Parts: sequence; C-alpha cells; structure tokens
Amino acid sequence: MMRAFVLFLFSLVIAAPATAEVDITEFTTSSGIEAWLVEEHSIPFVALELRFRGGAALDEPENRGAVTLMTATLEEGAGDMNAREFAKRTEELAASFEYDVYDDVLTVSAKFLSENRDEAIAHLRESLINPRFDQDAIDRVRAQILSIIRSDKKEPRSIASNALDKLIYDDHPYATSRNGTLSSVSSLTREDVVAAHRATMARDRLYVSAAGDITKEELGTLLDDLLGGLPETGAPLPPRAEVTLTGETKVIPFETPQSVAVFAQPGIDRDHPDFFAVYLLNHILGGGGFESRLMQEVREKRGLTYGVYTYLVNKDSADLWAGSVSSANDRVAEAIKVIRDQWEKIRNDGVTEEELEDAKTYLTGAYPLRFDGNGPIANIAVGMQMEGLPVDYIATRNDRVNAVTLEDVNRAASEYLKPDQLTFVVVGQPVGLMGAAN
Amino acid sequence: MRALIAIVATCLISALPAQAAEGVTDFTLDNGMEVVVIEDHRAPVVVHMVWYKAGSADEVPGASGVAHFLEHLLFKGTKNLEPGELSATVARNGGSDNAFTSYDYTAYFQRVAADRLDLMMEMEADRMVNLQLSQEDISTERDVIIEERNQRVENSPGALFREQRRAAQYLNHRYGIPVIGWRHEMEALDLDDALDFYSTHYAPNNAILVVAGDVTPEGVRALAEKHYAPIPANKDLPPRDRPQEPPQLAERRMEMKDARVAQPYVSRTYLAPERDSNDQEKAAALTLLSEILGGGITSVLTQKLQFEEQIAVQSSAWYSGTALDDSTFSLAVVPVEGMSLVEAEAALDKAIAEFLDEGVNEDQLARLKMQLRAARIYASDDVQALANRYGRALAVGLSVEDIQAWPDIIDAVTADEIMSAARDVFQARNSVTGWLTASEVSQ
Repeated sequence: MMRAFVLFLFSLVIAAPATAEVDITEFTTSSGIEAWLVEEHSIPFVALELRFRGGAALDEPENRGAVTLMTATLEEGAGDMNAREFAKRTEELAASFEYDVYDDVLTVSAKFLSENRDEAIAHLRESLINPRFDQDAIDRVRAQILSIIRSDKKEPRSIASNALDKLIYDDHPYATSRNGTLSSVSSLTREDVVAAHRATMARDRLYVSAAGDITKEELGTLLDDLLGGLPETGAPLPPRAEVTLTGETKVIPFETPQSVAVFAQPGIDRDHPDFFAVYLLNHILGGGGFESRLMQEVREKRGLTYGVYTYLVNKDSADLWAGSVSSANDRVAEAIKVIRDQWEKIRNDGVTEEELEDAKTYLTGAYPLRFDGNGPIANIAVGMQMEGLPVDYIATRNDRVNAVTLEDVNRAASEYLKPDQLTFVVVGQPVGLMGAAN
Repeated sequence: MRALIAIVATCLISALPAQAAEGVTDFTLDNGMEVVVIEDHRAPVVVHMVWYKAGSADEVPGASGVAHFLEHLLFKGTKNLEPGELSATVARNGGSDNAFTSYDYTAYFQRVAADRLDLMMEMEADRMVNLQLSQEDISTERDVIIEERNQRVENSPGALFREQRRAAQYLNHRYGIPVIGWRHEMEALDLDDALDFYSTHYAPNNAILVVAGDVTPEGVRALAEKHYAPIPANKDLPPRDRPQEPPQLAERRMEMKDARVAQPYVSRTYLAPERDSNDQEKAAALTLLSEILGGGITSVLTQKLQFEEQIAVQSSAWYSGTALDDSTFSLAVVPVEGMSLVEAEAALDKAIAEFLDEGVNEDQLARLKMQLRAARIYASDDVQALANRYGRALAVGLSVEDIQAWPDIIDAVTADEIMSAARDVFQARNSVTGWLTASEVSQ
C-alpha cells in the first residue's frame, strides 16, 4: 500500500494547480474616483473596502494615538445622530461597518444588503464625512483605549513587540504603539481628533474595491455619493524609516512561566527583483506551517514550542524579516539557539531542490484558494491597488513564483539572511539569557 | 471601539443559524458515518472535515487533555504515512490543514483545490484506523502540548481565571475540566492513554463528514463510499451518557489575584440549558437574550453601565447553546478606572434587576431579528464557516433538520419568552461570580 500510495500522490503533485478566475473591472467614476469591482450576483449583498494610505503613521509626534482615537470614534455619532442613534440605524439596516487603523493605513470594511443599499451608503457616508466627535463619545472611547494600553504593559507579547519596535525604529512613528501612551492619549483634545480626521481621510490617498451584487454603473454613482465630500488632500506621508538591528538578544524581565521572543532582521522591498526568491526562502525557513525548517527543528524534533514562525514585513516606510517563538523559561535559550543556528545554516548551505519545489507547489496551489467569497476578494483587490499591482497580476503571479530558480533562492539566502543582525527581544524569566546580553 | 479583553467571545454572527436548506444535502453511509455536503460553486475550493463525537468531556477521569493530545498525535504516522507526511502532502497540493478539540468534539480539516478531495479522503480515512505511534512521538509531542498550555493558559491570568470559574460552575460534569487538560495530568499522559481514547472513539459510526465548496452530492458520495465506507463500524461504541449536574444549591464566589492583571473585572456565569434535538426554543430565547443584554452599543448592559451609570469601560453577555449537556450564560463588567469591583458588581446586579422589571424593548427585538435575517445572507459568503456550524451542531447531537429549523425558531421567539428564559436562568444558586484583580489591590 505504501508504494502505491506514494506513486498515486506523485501523479497528483504534478497536476496543474487550479487557476484563479477573478474578473476585475477597473474604472473611474464621474467624480474621478478609481475603483475595482468584481461583480457577483448570486448573494444579495456587497462587500466594499476603502483604504486611506498613511494611517497611524500620520500622528503628530506629541499627539501619538490621535488617529487611533479618531478612527474608533467614527461610528460613535455622525450627522444628526448621537452614538446610540447611529448604532440603532446601523442595526435597522443590518449593515456591517468596520473602521480600523494600522501603521500605514486606515481601513473601512462595509457589508450591506442589496435591498437597502442606498440607505446603508447614506448612513456610512455620515460617519466618514460628518462624524460628530462629541466630547462624551471621545472620552468614552479614550477610556477604552487607555484600558488597552494598560493591559498591553502587562502582556508579554505586547511588551516584546513594542520593545523590538523601539529598538529598530528610533524616532520614526513605527517606534511606538499606534494606540499612543497613557499620557499622550490622556491629553488628546477634540481638536486633535478633528485634525486627525482631516489629515488621514482624503481622496489623494484613497483606494476602493467592491465585490458582490452591484454593477459598474451602480457602484460609480454609489462611490461619488459616498466619497465625493472628502477633502482632496491630506497630511504628507512620513519619511522612510531608518532601521537599526544590532543582532543582540535583549531580555526584559517579567514574571511569567513562558518566555515570549520576537525577532527581526532587515527585509526586502515588495518591488525588488529578488522579492519572490526571498518570499520562497521565507516559506521554507519559517513561513510554511508544519513543514518549515524552524517548525521541524524547534517543535517537531525538540518539542520546544507550540509554534515558531517567520514572515516578511512590508511596511510603506520599512521592510523587515521578522518572527516569533514562545518557550518555557528554562527552554527558551535552546529555542533561540536553534533558530540562530538554522538562520546561519540556511544562509551557508541554501535549500534543496525538493524544498523549493514543495514551496512552489504549495504557494501556487494555495493562491487561487484565497478568492473564495465577496469579502476576501474585495480585500485582496484593494490590497493589490495599494501595492501598485495591475489587475492582471492575479493571472501572472504564479508564473513569477515558478520562475524562481534554486540558484536564485540560494543566492538570496547568502545575500539577504543576516545572522549577525538578527535581533531578539525576550520577555519573561529566560534561564541562561538573563543578564547575559541586556 | 470593539472588545478590549477577551472575557468571553462575543460575536453576533457566530451565534447565528446556518443558511437555508438550499445547497445542503445529507446522507448516512452503511457503517453509520453521517455525511453533509454544502455546495458553493463560486470558487474551485473544497473544505473537507471529519468531526468525531468525542471531546474532552468524554475522557476518563485522571487523563484530562488526552482528547487534545490525541488530536496532535494524529499528525504523526500511520501504517501508510510517515510522521508529518499527511500535512506535507496537503501542503504539496496547495492546501492547508489543521484540527481542533473542544468539550464535545474533535475535528480535522483540509482546505484544498476541489479536484484533490479524493486524496484528502484517502488520508483522513487512513488515520481514522491506522494510527501508528512511537514512544518518541509521545514524549516530544507532550512537550509541545505543555508549551501550548503555557502559551494559551499559564501566560494569561484571564485564561487561568476562566479555568477556575468553570471548575466551580460544574460540580460533576467534565465541562469543569479544561479541554487542554490540567497540567499535572498532561505531564503523565502516555501512549496507552492516547491509544485507549483512539480505539474507543475513532470510528465511522462516531464521525461526521462535512464537505463544503465546489462539489456535488453525487461526487462526494462516490468518494465517501470508496474511502470511508470500507471501514467497519465499532460495535462497542460507548453511549455518550456523561455524569450530569446535580441540583446546584449554593451560589459560588471567587476572587483570583495575579500580578499580571492590568484591568480587573467581574464575571458572572449561570448554568443554562443547551439546544436539544426537537427542543431548541429555550436556547433560542437565551440566544436572543444574550444579544439584547450584550450585543453592541444599543444593548441593555452597554446602555445602563456605559452610557447611563458610566461605570463600565466594557460590558458583555454571552451564551452559546450548541453543546451536548448544560451550557452557561455569562455576564461580565470591566469597570472604569477608579471604580471598584464591589461597585461594578452592584451596578451589574441593578442593571439585570431593572431589565427583569422593564422587559424587552420591542424595537430592539425587531432590529435584532432583522440582523439575524441579514446574517444568514452574509454567512452564505463563507462556506467554511457554514461547514463549521453544521459539523459542530451535528457533533452535539442535533440533526440537519434542527439546524435548518433554527432560524425560524429564533424568528418566532416572543418578548415574553425571552423574559421567561431570563427569569429561569438568572438564579443565584446556579451562579459563579468571579473577581479577577492584580495582587496588590483588594477592593
């Protein structure tokens, strides 16, 4: 049975992966908004994604947290409705609006039914164009954010990530949490919140996609109504961040049974010609679930952790190659040693042809599976626009993955893996690391 | 602003029913394996899941965590597959795979291109009966689950507190014992414990196959006949009659202190009835009650505790009736800075008392039912979530008919029924009240 099974498997491995058939219409509305649409009429709703480039990185240094507070208060009253009235109306429409902010982007994700589409959009518009930012709403949301900041100070993973960012980014906005600090958030005024709204939500940094039960003409009118009232321009985007990575292992003592470690070295830009080689290399090193080298060495062979992962971080103003691992205090030193050894090993010896083929078949096979609903499709489409990728990227992306050779990957390994810059922050009471490198 | 602290999971959609009957087909193989097929032809993807009607509450005393330990060990080898080969094969086919364990079930799944379903079934059927474990697999993987416990529980005072609360809530039922296991029992789990659970519970007549995505019922049936049907039923499958709760007569209170707590809170849980086949009305009323009390800005607790009294930075109500035995209804309040837990708990009690007096606001109920109807439309965009809902419900003894009747049952619930369910569930003698605080503060 074993032999037959393997042969059978092989025949499937070489079968061509499913292809992604996503029919994107790219168009410009009459008021000049560029949008991507995937029409899908089988379910009577639309998923709409808006992105505003800049996000929390647009905070003024002394007002850190203003964009986060502003974003969280968008749904807390707009136009002639206070927070409760706004929420009631959203419930009556059975629409879903989510407002979020990240280091480089403010996101609005909306889902609304075909049967009340116009009313839902009129309602969403109020929160984007005419948010009230009532003082009582600001204060209520501020208390929630302060609670999160206090919690993060006692949560090992947050402590570790915040400390690593501080080591890496110096005085760039990325160096501090987008939530702000207890003191910065406490002193934010309504004027700061209004200014953050004006700075971040403008048409010169807007990206739009939709998927679902709507035509191009309908979407064009809808977007002009929804977004026509936004200002043309917002605040200037932040400068490129200086990245400092010394290769140290920094320990932050914290009384907890399991140490949490985060780590990073310099990364590679999404537009760099070697990006796909590095992407495949990362998959083999620590991106690929159970099969990755780190997962095999740290978890499967030694049982040192529940999970160890690496990933490429592509921010607008910085690129990192980062990862994380958690191990009991008396085992984390060994976990870190294994990770450092593997980093060195893959840099010096490269990967095998088989590993590369496995990574390619996974990544090319998994890609079409991402497009499995209106929500995911709208999300991917708006992300592609922010990356500057063309509509036909979906059809060519797997070819780019397949074009990478073993030579490319192994050259990338020796060129881009930097064991001497691989920097760890460990939060806990790690035996054998305490006091050593702090 | 959304949830601050994961006191309890709150998610309107997840409490909600599966879609209408369209596109769902079910049948049973001769060996007793139930099969559900959910069609969605929009993308060439399939989700293949096998749910075993065996979870941590089916463990033998003293071996807590073995259901979850076995779940990990099923990724080790079989008579036909090397350790890790199953996941590696799924990955080589562009798919992803994983598994999860809860009180009432253990489930394994792959998400892959629809034309690879044959291979997924071949491997999943193989590990239903052909597991082969070495002593080394056992000791390394035991270290992994202990690190998993460290990560999920030991490093989180909130998670430790939840364990303690559940242990106090259930006087006799194994829902009081954590799914991942008590640490001292996990450390002693061995090969025999794992194989014992495997041979007792893993069999086609104790399993549910859910296949969702770009497939047809005929296609799934043919493959299921090929791979699962040849596995014989386990004639000695034990009935699922687990130790039940006696009458609970004493209100329980607990206070846990941990230096790592940044944000103290008070929680209250009540023993609550679960959904039963052909008897889901009470659970439907409690589902609506939890939304009325805790669902978003317009909910009763948010209105009273955050807007009117301004005593809470967060409040929540949570109930899920999808369980084999008695469930719980939970309330929680995170006080604003400077407010004590005594005051927070008093405000919670007052809010509930007022609600019992005032009754359900009919407008709110109407809005909620509109949202539930819409949620069914939104839910049909996510076939994996639908597959999960069917699998979970079937694994706790509900039928496909029960699942499909649920939306209408919810829709028919009246304000009076909700109030009656509220009066029944909010009984002090069935409750556990817990305070989680930092060590230096005693409020």
